[in-house]
Amino acid sequence: MSRHTPRAILGASAVLITGALTLTACGSGFSGDSAPTGGSSGLTSSDKPLNILIGSSGDAETTAVNAAVDAWSKDSGTKAKVTAASDLNQQLSQGFAAGSPADVFYLSTDALAGYASNGSLLAYGDQLKNKDDFYPSLVKSFTYDGKFYCAPKDFSTLQLVINTDMWQAAGLTDADIPTDWDQLTAVAKKLTADGHVGLSMGGEYARVGAFMVAAGGGLMNADSSKATADAEGNVKALDYLKGMLTGGEMKFAADLGAGWGGEAFGTEKAAMVVEGNWITGAMQNDYPDVHYKAVELPAGPDGKKGTLQFTNCWGIAADSPNQKAALDLVEHLTATDQQLAFSKAFGVMPSIQSAADAWKSENAPLVPFLDGADYSQGMPTAKGAADVVTDFNGKLGSLATGDPKSILDATQKNLEALLK
Amino acid sequence: MTTTTDRSRRGLRRGETASGWLFTAPMLILLGLFLVVPVAMALWVSVSDWGGRGSPFAGGVSFVGLKNYGALLVGGGLDEADFGMSMKNNAWYVVFVVPIQTALSLFLAVLVNRQVLKGRGFFRTAFYFPSVTSSVAITVLFMFLFSTTGAVNAALGWLGINGPNWVNDPAGVLHFGATKGPTFLEQNDFLGVSFWDWLGGPSVAMCVYIIMAIFTTSGTFMLLFLAALQNISGEVQEAAMVDGANGWQRFWRVTLPQLRPTLFTVLTLGLIGCWQIFDQIYTGTRGQPAKTTITPAYQSYKSSFIDQDWGQGAAIAYILFVVIIVFTLFQRWVLRERKISRRRGLPYQAAVTEASRAKTASRGGAR
Repeated sequence: MSRHTPRAILGASAVLITGALTLTACGSGFSGDSAPTGGSSGLTSSDKPLNILIGSSGDAETTAVNAAVDAWSKDSGTKAKVTAASDLNQQLSQGFAAGSPADVFYLSTDALAGYASNGSLLAYGDQLKNKDDFYPSLVKSFTYDGKFYCAPKDFSTLQLVINTDMWQAAGLTDADIPTDWDQLTAVAKKLTADGHVGLSMGGEYARVGAFMVAAGGGLMNADSSKATADAEGNVKALDYLKGMLTGGEMKFAADLGAGWGGEAFGTEKAAMVVEGNWITGAMQNDYPDVHYKAVELPAGPDGKKGTLQFTNCWGIAADSPNQKAALDLVEHLTATDQQLAFSKAFGVMPSIQSAADAWKSENAPLVPFLDGADYSQGMPTAKGAADVVTDFNGKLGSLATGDPKSILDATQKNLEALLK
Repeated sequence: MTTTTDRSRRGLRRGETASGWLFTAPMLILLGLFLVVPVAMALWVSVSDWGGRGSPFAGGVSFVGLKNYGALLVGGGLDEADFGMSMKNNAWYVVFVVPIQTALSLFLAVLVNRQVLKGRGFFRTAFYFPSVTSSVAITVLFMFLFSTTGAVNAALGWLGINGPNWVNDPAGVLHFGATKGPTFLEQNDFLGVSFWDWLGGPSVAMCVYIIMAIFTTSGTFMLLFLAALQNISGEVQEAAMVDGANGWQRFWRVTLPQLRPTLFTVLTLGLIGCWQIFDQIYTGTRGQPAKTTITPAYQSYKSSFIDQDWGQGAAIAYILFVVIIVFTLFQRWVLRERKISRRRGLPYQAAVTEASRAKTASRGGAR
């Protein structure tokens, strides 16, 4: 047997090399980085069909996007196919690594920096015809390294959602709607009763951050170029929330046994929650008997309002063979009429200012959410910021017993490390 | 010597080597294509700055040495702390799951191996059933069972116990409710995680996964033990009975030593499976609460697919590989065949001497 060893090694390596060669030959991604070729605008153009990959919230969204894309497809003559991803990030990554990504796709603010820094994305923002129509704060969220990458699809903001039955039962009227933090504490105390607390929210930056922004803070500045976690306002905001937690008039959703604020609110374990406009869908489907209304969050210590916004954009792949058609499709999907249609189908807020008035008249109870666009700030978008936010969220869980200053200082250190 | 070999090759058995390679080729190609090549690619990615776009072997990708490993092991930043946390979580998971599931599966195997047990077939199926159910389905089920208002807490409520917030509770069980430790434990850290946290044990949330792993895998390993038990010949047991060993002694002194190879298999498979826990975390808590359920395998996925930090993801995978190898070797060393100690050997030695003396005596008598 030992006599055969050299031959065996030879044979095995021959097989391996053949295997590697086969693999190399069959994957187009192995051919190296071929720069996209295009016309005067620098966009590629071909008659290949477009692939659209979306991370859908449900059937309503998938159907609406399908209908919109089909309509565009008929007009333009370019074939297009919509796929609802089961794990958007994973499917996107696989596409980019293989060199054959989807042409147009949903992209979150979290993922922007990662894909932009490795060159997977086409920075087409400045070529959009309706560029100036987008809310400036949304454009900032999708600007990386000074380049406006992709068109915001829609957005959401956080506001205060109130259970009107509990509100009345506590003897409160419209005049009592809190406009500053002291009033919020006062009504939360009044609303705290047997079986429910006054105020709840998820114990994470994506909710608590609204108070930090209102106090003039936030983890990073608006275009995520500077870490501001140790700002004075952030300490004030966390101290304020810690006071409410220890006072018992506020509890985080997890401590109420709820998966998120909407569940705590819907199951009537909290009289008020800080949530986004998506809560209306959950209330309609899961808790139709709970009466509620949304109001703007109270202003911070300096009398300034502030909240957080969340958004996705329509990304276009740098490796797409048909960027021209993709850009045309995105312009169609972000046009006023189309955004209003999406809003009707699955309850999102249009990302362009020209749709605001029509949207407000159709969705009167949700106006506070859209008003938030004027003073809201996006989530940090620096590369790796999502991990720091996760770390921060972990520490927020023990805010009631923790020290806000040291939590924020540790986060500041982590954020500064990202910007080096 | 060489000439005869050459002749035999040229003669009757000529072509056998070639056909041998031909017959094994499909498997070799498959293994090479889907195992060896990806493993080698991952090794390259772990020492490169590949960003996830196009081929890792393309021109723009460069060698960065051990930078990715350095960031994880000595970086001092969030990457190191996250990795340390995942190692801590997984180590405690292993410490609890491997011994308990091995003991439990052996216990179940002994139970269903008994001849007198009625409905053995039913019990064997029942115990094995969790193993054949998809881990995703079981995880979802457990998330419901262990929700704050779930069935487990309701059952605890009947006993007058106010159940914990299970999957939302990041507190380490060995901290016993303490939120602050001694300063010297808090101040010093290993892999970015303080000694106080290392010593804290699995979080309450992680305990749900521990219970789940024991519940699902005990059946699989029961099957291995059962097969081994049925291989043990009845005669050895009878001989032990004749020698007056009671059931307890027979199990520890006769049955268990004969199960050593199976025990090694079960411990090794358990260890490897535990260090690779991913799908339960991915379906369940995704690292929450407060990162107390992140594991290296999940962290590797997250670094790569979510954060686009492919080099680091691959580096985590390779560190995990080394950890598993080291633990397996250690376990092999612990479970090695040992020479019987002198103290243990004394009665045996005496019996042998006695027997040979008796033999000589009887031979002498016959003469």
